[in-house]
Amino acid sequence: MIATKRTADTAMILIILLLMWQALHQVVGATALPGPVPTLAYFAKFVPSQRFIENAWATLVCFFYALILSYGIGLAIGVWMGIHRLSGAVGEPILISLYTLPKVTLYPVVLLIFGLSLSGRVTFGAMHGVLPVALLTMGAIRNIPPVYLKSARTLHLSRWQTILTVLFPATLPEVVAGLRIGFTLTLLGVLLAEMFAAKQGLGFLIINAMQLLQAEEMMTVAVVLFAFAALANALLLWIEHRLHRRV
Amino acid sequence: MSRVGWIRIAVLVIAIGLLELCCRIGLIDHRVVIPPSQMADALVRLLISGDANDQIVRTFGIVIIAALTSVVAGFALGLIIHALPRVRQSLDPFFATYYAVPIFIFYPVLIVIFGLSVIPIVLMGVATAIVAMIIATLNGLDRVPQVLTKVARVHRMGTIATALLLKLPAAAPHLFTGVKLAVSYAFIGVIASEFILAPAGLGRVISDAYSDFNNRRMYALMLLLIIVATAVNMALHVVDQRWAERRGIAKP
Repeated sequence: MIATKRTADTAMILIILLLMWQALHQVVGATALPGPVPTLAYFAKFVPSQRFIENAWATLVCFFYALILSYGIGLAIGVWMGIHRLSGAVGEPILISLYTLPKVTLYPVVLLIFGLSLSGRVTFGAMHGVLPVALLTMGAIRNIPPVYLKSARTLHLSRWQTILTVLFPATLPEVVAGLRIGFTLTLLGVLLAEMFAAKQGLGFLIINAMQLLQAEEMMTVAVVLFAFAALANALLLWIEHRLHRRV
Repeated sequence: MSRVGWIRIAVLVIAIGLLELCCRIGLIDHRVVIPPSQMADALVRLLISGDANDQIVRTFGIVIIAALTSVVAGFALGLIIHALPRVRQSLDPFFATYYAVPIFIFYPVLIVIFGLSVIPIVLMGVATAIVAMIIATLNGLDRVPQVLTKVARVHRMGTIATALLLKLPAAAPHLFTGVKLAVSYAFIGVIASEFILAPAGLGRVISDAYSDFNNRRMYALMLLLIIVATAVNMALHVVDQRWAERRGIAKP
């Protein structure tokens, strides 16, 4: 019942967005913003093409590496700062101010270090994703109710048993929330890097299409990215809710 | 200051010192990163010369406009949406997804529509900030105690009077969290837009300096942005904490 209602709500939002898109198209004209129907026609033609697949693959590879780095480093920092209280207390405000910083400012530094390369874009993507993963993991570990650890001790669990059967399941929902936000921001970082300076990838395609005034191509790529991000987020949210219910 | 605070300062000083040392002994090429002391020196000289003042005023002006618009319009929209439970329910999936979508992909679309002017930048700033304010407003209004709304009804207050005299102050601590987020998101939205493509502004100047290999100018302005962003965020964080404490005390 609730699920069908949610689906109906989501469908309604999509319809409203499409109507708004159509309305804006009527106002500004077809050269600036093609309507949903021509975009869909272009979508069907462009998405199977070699050019799109190559660029989408470039973005995906870059995003994959950046995500691994974000998760690996973020989890390591988060676990360390969650367990070691002093490092957590010292580091948390530093991480928070880094989190709120417009990191795009630092992209030229990344470019100077790595040049216009895949490693530069991966680094920039990871810079966005590491912080939320670290902050939420740290919070999850700190917020474990002390009674869990006490009962682990009462049951004479070994250190590894405690970690595997108590700490890991207790922190999982919040850690997954961190991974979800990390996913979003890493994707944003990779796309910003591609938009600012790259010769391949979907971010580059958008900027290129804008310069050539190919509005259909621009909207097609934007719609693809929109759908990818929204679906991935919905999937991760679903996992998160299930974990929350289980605990 | 607490012991933790001193350790934090020590960590930061050591980090900056190490960077300075690595740059000075040539471990880090000066074509890549210049020593922090030179960044500060370049920034002071740049500010005294007044060379970049127009751009600085422009960018921070846009950030302020975008943040103000987001806060005011976000609060108004939050009030309206909160008054219509059915609409709100339908919008929930939209709010849950909004920040998951990299909305910067629509910046080029805005440029094509509005031209390469200040409008797309303001719109990007508002687009990144306003939803945070709406969500915070909804959260805040959810927590306005029922008894207060009843008091309003007893006194026969109108909708607008109830909103301004009663709901606004009662929800204020939560609203401030929204203001904090709106300001830092507007900052990010405006600067990132200027970086990607803009006729002028700090982001544009930094990216031009990067293209010209003018490292002193680039690092000076980067330092300025980092200092301003950190200072503003820290100030908002402190106020937010105060509100949170009050919220804690005010709890029934």
